[in-house]
Amino acid sequence: MNGSRAIGRDFARRLLRNRLAAAGGAVILFFFLVSALPGLFASHEPNRIDIVNILRPPSAAHPLGTDDLGRDVLARVVYGARVSLKVGFVAVGIATALGLLVGLLSGFYGGWVDAVLMRFVDMMLCFPTFFLILSVIAFLDPSILNIMAVIGLTGWMGVARLVRAETLSIKERDFVAAARAQGAGDARIIFRHVLPNTLAPILVAATLGVAGAILTESALSFLGIGVQPPTPSWGNILTAGKDNIEYAWWLSLFPGLAILFTVLGYNLLGEGIRDAADPRLKGR
Amino acid sequence: MRKPLRRAVLPSIALFLMFAACGGGNPESAGKGTAVSDVPAYGDAIVEGSIGDVSGFLTAVTTDASSHEAAGYVFNGLVRYDKDLKLEGELAESWEISPDGKRITFHLRKGVKWHDGAPFTSDDVMFTYRRMIDPRTPTAYGEDFRQVKRASAPDSLTFVVEYARPFAPALASWGMHVLPKHLLEKYPDISKSPLNKKPVGTGPYRFVEWKTGEKVVFDANPDYFEGKPYISRVITRVIPDQATMFLELKSGGVDIMTLTPPQYVRQTETAEFRKSFNKYKYTSSGYTYLGFRLSNTFFKDKRVRQAIAYAADKKALIDGVLLGLGQEATGPYKPGTWAYNPNVRKYPHDPGQAKALLNDAGWKEKDGVLVKDGQPFEFTVLTNAGNDARAKTAAILQQNLAEVGIRMKIRTVEWAAFINEFIDKRKFDAVILGWNITPDPDQFDIWHSSKTGPKELNFVGFANPEVDRLLDEGRSTFDLEKRMKAYFRIQEILAEEQPYVFLYVPEALPVVQNRFRGIVPAPAGITYNFVKWYVPAALQKHKVQP
Amino acid sequence: MLRYIARRLLLTVPLLVGISLVSFLMMHMAPGGPIGSGTDLNPKATAESRARLKAYYGLDRPLHVQYGRWLGRMATLDFGDSFSPDGRSVAEKIKERIPITLTINVLSMGLIFLVAIPVGVYSAVHKGSLFDRISTVAVFTGFAIPTFWLALLLMILFGVTLGWLPISGISSLDYESLGTLGRIADRGRHLVLPVLLAGFGGLAGMSRYMRSNMLEVIRQDYVATARAKGLPEGTVVFRHAMRNALLPVITILGLSVPDLLGGSVIFETIFAIPGMGQLFYQGVMSRDYPLIMGILTIGAFLTLLGNLLADVGYALADPRIRQG
Repeated sequence: MNGSRAIGRDFARRLLRNRLAAAGGAVILFFFLVSALPGLFASHEPNRIDIVNILRPPSAAHPLGTDDLGRDVLARVVYGARVSLKVGFVAVGIATALGLLVGLLSGFYGGWVDAVLMRFVDMMLCFPTFFLILSVIAFLDPSILNIMAVIGLTGWMGVARLVRAETLSIKERDFVAAARAQGAGDARIIFRHVLPNTLAPILVAATLGVAGAILTESALSFLGIGVQPPTPSWGNILTAGKDNIEYAWWLSLFPGLAILFTVLGYNLLGEGIRDAADPRLKGR
Repeated sequence: MRKPLRRAVLPSIALFLMFAACGGGNPESAGKGTAVSDVPAYGDAIVEGSIGDVSGFLTAVTTDASSHEAAGYVFNGLVRYDKDLKLEGELAESWEISPDGKRITFHLRKGVKWHDGAPFTSDDVMFTYRRMIDPRTPTAYGEDFRQVKRASAPDSLTFVVEYARPFAPALASWGMHVLPKHLLEKYPDISKSPLNKKPVGTGPYRFVEWKTGEKVVFDANPDYFEGKPYISRVITRVIPDQATMFLELKSGGVDIMTLTPPQYVRQTETAEFRKSFNKYKYTSSGYTYLGFRLSNTFFKDKRVRQAIAYAADKKALIDGVLLGLGQEATGPYKPGTWAYNPNVRKYPHDPGQAKALLNDAGWKEKDGVLVKDGQPFEFTVLTNAGNDARAKTAAILQQNLAEVGIRMKIRTVEWAAFINEFIDKRKFDAVILGWNITPDPDQFDIWHSSKTGPKELNFVGFANPEVDRLLDEGRSTFDLEKRMKAYFRIQEILAEEQPYVFLYVPEALPVVQNRFRGIVPAPAGITYNFVKWYVPAALQKHKVQP
Repeated sequence: MLRYIARRLLLTVPLLVGISLVSFLMMHMAPGGPIGSGTDLNPKATAESRARLKAYYGLDRPLHVQYGRWLGRMATLDFGDSFSPDGRSVAEKIKERIPITLTINVLSMGLIFLVAIPVGVYSAVHKGSLFDRISTVAVFTGFAIPTFWLALLLMILFGVTLGWLPISGISSLDYESLGTLGRIADRGRHLVLPVLLAGFGGLAGMSRYMRSNMLEVIRQDYVATARAKGLPEGTVVFRHAMRNALLPVITILGLSVPDLLGGSVIFETIFAIPGMGQLFYQGVMSRDYPLIMGILTIGAFLTLLGNLLADVGYALADPRIRQG
């Protein structure tokens, strides 16, 4: 397995050399750190209400000011990072798992399984996704769990198609036939040969998916059916800031920037992974 | 007052919306206009910002605030509430109630014409009544009319209704918009008639056009029976986002809208804003409450409910949610109205008292949480999604209750699911909701023990024999004194029992561009005399061909 | 070619049926019904009046009967009547809302093409240059910034502070009194911000797509050959590389229809534009089943149409497919 480790090292080197991707990765790492150790970044409780200090501008006590219930904006943005990133990751986790499953089944078994699954994928792709998410969230209730599930359940089609295509092409290769002849089972072929080859494109799709999910949550919050307060999410802090945008700029600016930088970071990293994984692009 | 306004305010009754009931006038007019001659003049247009679109103009078949407001320009009822929230005649010039209280005789105004020129007569009233009780009319307001035993129109200007027994809310029910018989009789279902989209009424304004989702335009009715309105044109613009609407106001795209408390307190206190706008505030007709499912093991005990009332910091709620623009609610009536009883048991913020009551009830503190029989005091409060004020209320209450050792979790659900899955199925511990306060104090449907069935409004399951008796008494007499006594006593019992913790009554916060004159705030708000509003000739902004 | 189109059209029928079935089931499994919005917690609505309303809307029938009835009518392009009190037909409602949504989407699509293609090409040709990096960050910023936030900031800047553009809506109050040219100018001024925003948000996808296509093409032998022949770089890039890189861009057209429709909810709410997105959102909030199903079906149909057009366009442009 030396070969694959070398490829991995090569990949990492290429990725790091891409300065934009590295910057994106740094932003992401930073917010990981923030959500892992929120106490390190915020000294206040995110839900501590302080009626006397409503909508105070940034000060020493509250570096990013206070919100419309006197809560510390820094603390809310910091704890909101947890919620927003969780939404992003769980949603993408669901989408990727589902996409993998459908793609593998479809590509590996072909025939009517493939036909049925792919028609279903076609159908799902026809729905305006946001309309679908909107209906489901409104019909159920806007709990974090539902939001993550719905974003995930409406975002797996791309991965499914990708995995299916890869599976189809690998299935026909000589080394798979050889493996089969040696008595390798489906599972072994899938894990040893198919999955490693789809890893990079799935990683790219997942990275972009996280960014998309964070944006979708903020759009839902704007419509009043995102993560519900008092639980802080970047989307609902920004929405609260929207109504005070001219007076209390700090309440919208900081969650807005957090979303902007994070989504930007994921996109740049995703692009970087794509470039780095495609050695043909190395030359120019 | 955020986005889905329709759900922010509980769906309310036609009547009470039309009259934009408010109280305790309190003008906040700052820089009144310059040295312009302040003489009423005809002309100009007013642009109203509305969060929701109209869904139809026949108020019998619509339930949302935007539709009822728009229809109010075009239609009239037999009666309406005046500036002091007393019933007065509109299309009825006067009325008599028979001594036994069972018969009401309306004398209609002479010479009133529909916008198409046809005369208005008692036939129209009779037709409206028949359509209200017609099963083919998809109305939610038929109930009051079904109480009518017999209706007759002895002549073209007289309309008589008889009830099986005296029914006090009956009079107000005749504020229902009267429909033109000659235009509607060929439609078995009035909601499908063209009039629902292009209304023809008797009101101060004539319908011009409705661009769905965009705007509705009305022009002054020169033949209006109270005189031609000064403002020649009314345009209601649909702007779904509150922040956008405020920007439109500032840039001149909207002349009148309702402000949110932060907008009222923080964003409109500049000299520049005062130069162009007048702000008003008056007690709105609604209150917010924390309601308990009374069969829940936690809330069965009156002492627990009283303790929560002591724990809830109403001052903090008013300061935090409303930025001070509201008052404490002590019961289900509006402060300052005749049915309101100011002398009921009050629950000032007192965590000590709350803890003592909880201790009495057997709850002992352990590691900061109250425990009884090994069970921690932990419950979930439900409220509807997208309502900013209620979400904030929940957050503050959560903190208040934590101080006395009660853990309250918050869950928000979108309106339709909230009602169907939780309220109707009684699957809740406690809720944060609001009621509109109707000018007539009859609240039989909310408090009577017979109204606890599925889909009925006493969903907390309140049952008190004395209240039942008083509710019955209060609605079956027209004697104001007797009614007052009944409703005062009801409020005392409610304050003692605390089936709801009554939280606050917010202020209504309209703002109007200051070229509009003749606005006289009153308990009913500012729009009750809309037809008398005007813009002095020199200040008129829009040229409108009358 | 015609047979190809016919076959594609036939394929859309089962897809549409499937789409309608999924949306129908999803809605009816959801808690809360349309009757709720008007009569819930309404003191004057009784159990009896509720039952009557329910029968009136046909909601007392079994699910499969309701679906059957709906599907039957849909075959004749009749989506039924909206549950909202105006009782107008769904088709009529959609018809009056769709033009503005399509206009904004088509315009922003045009803007995206206009900007994204040159940016993508230039970035690819000068991969790794300062321009490449700046444009990368810039286009992704457009994607990453929450739309409603940027919209409000631009409204404050252009609408309130500078007063150059109207803040919201699609026409001025005196629109009716304007001449044709005046009307076009007025509508244009109202659409500047929404179109700019929608375009800014969509730049990333298209320009990155263009860039990677271009990179792919540049590596091809025939480009190397063209270079080797000593053709000027401009000719190589534009004549040989770009034409081929542009081809796959056509297919992205069809694929972006659902995203554009979905995004319209936010735009139309913040800019007070009476389009499909707002209509759908209101429909969802009031559980207007016929309206929701109508819009989902129309939306899916538009997507299918977009895909079809893209494929046909691709086939026309690419002789290999045209032959097959």
